[in-house]
Amino acid sequence: MPVMEYIDAIRLAMKEELARDESVFVLGEDVGVKGGVFTTTKGLIDEFGEMRVMDTPLAESAIAGVAIGAAMHGMKPIAEMQYSDFMLPATNQIISEAAKIRYRSNNDWSCPIVIRAPIGGGIFGGLYHSQCPESIFFGTPGLKIVAPFTAYDAKGLLKAAVRDPDPVLFFENKKCYKLIKGEVPEEDYTVPIGVANLLREGQDITVIGYSQPLHFVLQAAEELEREEGITAHVLDLRTLQPLDREAILEAVKTTGKVMIIHEDNKTGGVGAEVSAIIAEECLYDLDAPIMRLCAPDVPAMPISPPMEKFYMLNKDKVKESMRQLALY
Amino acid sequence: MPSNNHWTEVAMPQLAESLVSATIGKWLKKPGDRIEQYEPICEVLTDKVNAEIPSTLDGVMGEILAAEGVTVSVGDIICLIDAESHEAELSPAVEKAQDIGSVSQATTGKDVSMRTRYSPAVQSLAAQHDLNLNDIKGSGLGGRITRKDVLAFVEQRGEAGPAAVSASPFEGRNQQVSSEPSPPLGTSIPNVRHSGLHLTESPRIPTIEVEGAGTGRSEYYIDVTPIRNTIARNMRQSVTEIPHAWTMIEVDVTNLVLLRSQLKEDFKRKEGVNLTYLAFLLKAVVNAIKDYPIMNSFWAVDKIVVKRDINISLAVGTEDSVMTPVIKRADQKNIAGLATEIEELARKTREGKLTLDDMQGGTFTVNNTGSFGSILSYPIVNYPQAAILTFESIVKKPVVINDMIAVRSMANLCLSLDHRILDGVICGRFLQRVKDNLEGYSQDTKLY
Repeated sequence: MPVMEYIDAIRLAMKEELARDESVFVLGEDVGVKGGVFTTTKGLIDEFGEMRVMDTPLAESAIAGVAIGAAMHGMKPIAEMQYSDFMLPATNQIISEAAKIRYRSNNDWSCPIVIRAPIGGGIFGGLYHSQCPESIFFGTPGLKIVAPFTAYDAKGLLKAAVRDPDPVLFFENKKCYKLIKGEVPEEDYTVPIGVANLLREGQDITVIGYSQPLHFVLQAAEELEREEGITAHVLDLRTLQPLDREAILEAVKTTGKVMIIHEDNKTGGVGAEVSAIIAEECLYDLDAPIMRLCAPDVPAMPISPPMEKFYMLNKDKVKESMRQLALY
Repeated sequence: MPSNNHWTEVAMPQLAESLVSATIGKWLKKPGDRIEQYEPICEVLTDKVNAEIPSTLDGVMGEILAAEGVTVSVGDIICLIDAESHEAELSPAVEKAQDIGSVSQATTGKDVSMRTRYSPAVQSLAAQHDLNLNDIKGSGLGGRITRKDVLAFVEQRGEAGPAAVSASPFEGRNQQVSSEPSPPLGTSIPNVRHSGLHLTESPRIPTIEVEGAGTGRSEYYIDVTPIRNTIARNMRQSVTEIPHAWTMIEVDVTNLVLLRSQLKEDFKRKEGVNLTYLAFLLKAVVNAIKDYPIMNSFWAVDKIVVKRDINISLAVGTEDSVMTPVIKRADQKNIAGLATEIEELARKTREGKLTLDDMQGGTFTVNNTGSFGSILSYPIVNYPQAAILTFESIVKKPVVINDMIAVRSMANLCLSLDHRILDGVICGRFLQRVKDNLEGYSQDTKLY
């Protein structure tokens, strides 16, 4: 099985879906001739032409709106938001239109769009190239949200998203693009939306998270096991909406000590919902207060390198929190 | 691997903010050597500077884990140091207690504040197995009984009736798991740099090795060192981004030559450093920059940033490289101070002792090309600065003064400039001011 980078897995998924289904097309800012600012769509225009890999004006609301209209007409658009930070002009289209079309039309219409948007910081991108907007869309029924961490999941979830009959937000982490590599089958496969993935088994603590911070969790877990004999049970949510409640509860029950981790800020983040589910469903299995490790509640990622470092999670911060929880 | 506890691991330090790895240059200590705290144990090469890693403690050098030429990520262990002294005298039992750390301290120490705080999981298990929680020892924070304590108690009771359980939840497993740490499932994490948006591969840092003439006699290869790589990158960036222009002026330094030969013996005796022409030149340049501050600037696309501090980058060459250490706030130093600083930086460069701090903040570069006999050169601007000035050889020449031929000591000054910021007129005036300053040195010139 070939080992490829996360970004290559995403590109491969789009390529395969474009080849498989005539109704699939890609649109976004600079996705065509330039091949995407991160090279995510590189080469697609050469293979599929400009009618299926479309450069759009710098107007996110229009990108989402065009995609929604095309989807209602039977197409399967993959709309790219260059950075998830730029996605906010399109929130009205996404939340008020895409999410509600099936419900509003009493099932006469549907909206099978995929919106891809790179999230996350730590790339010296500052305020407007580093945000994690999951929580903005998280509480909206009618949307599905996926945020893969492994290269395997990136390909499988994107293909599943394209084939899903309803709108899916695909949050890919830009720090993972080149950082995360893994075995990715060249053949066709999908990863089911709504199913979490156990990355590691352990007895002392349970860590629940998604996207790039899991990289630190796995590093820290390995060191803690080697150095102190602390073993961590690590669950990758993969899908944020709908959450895999069974997998969450099962992971909690394994150790009774839970840490929830994400790069989005703490207040109102995905971790708040996960901890509420745990508190509602398995209070009597808890052996320690639920712990959340997230970005601080400040308006945005700082541009200053030392402050960015302070803001971002890293292996040492994660390891220390995991140790504290294990010792509790 | 040594199994004793008194081995201390030495990790690759974070030498600079953006640094993620460094190459081991040379080990200065062999296994078995005695080391004192702060004594250098090895040299490391980075693409910015070469540095020495000091020992963090007194002891004896242990196993070297990173061989010379190997590139090591920041934080990875490079060697072990045996911190013998008092720690070696501890009995194994004490060491063991230390090994399990705060867990055992929590139970043997005084803090039992959490002893009777039972978590929902503990209460559920106690009810389920009909346990009296007073019989169970707590291994958690503040003597708290953890879920695992209860499970261990239940398991032990099943085998041997009620008994105290192990004090540490992690004890015992430590050895067992360390031999085979289970790999994370379903993913592999490569070791890559983790700062900045670097989506391109970083350059390979090779070992410095010359392939001999054994195979082919017509040519041989020299691997590019990190320093060479940095020079190449900076030069290429400067030449491609900065539209260069060039100008030259001839200066009569006869008076300066006289002045220096008069003062240099005395100065050497008093200050212990050589009084070089370069010190006089720097003073002349710095004073001219004060009059034309635009020389001390850099291009920022929609604006020009003029720096208030005049920090002179001094090009110092060695056989195989050139470095540009910086004389900070040169405008606040006199000729004697500049001479001392020049000597200090030249020495550090030759000995490879420059620190990152020595290399940063330059605003204008001066290169003493005369020191290797050049009479004319076309320098490349030290990116992102606005200009670079060279001081060429002092040559005795026949010169016409007042319609008479005289033999004077002459030198050329060459200036390369960023033509986006600077034009001919301003540079001509600047060079004229440097020339005036140099020709203005006389017997009355004060060094201090």
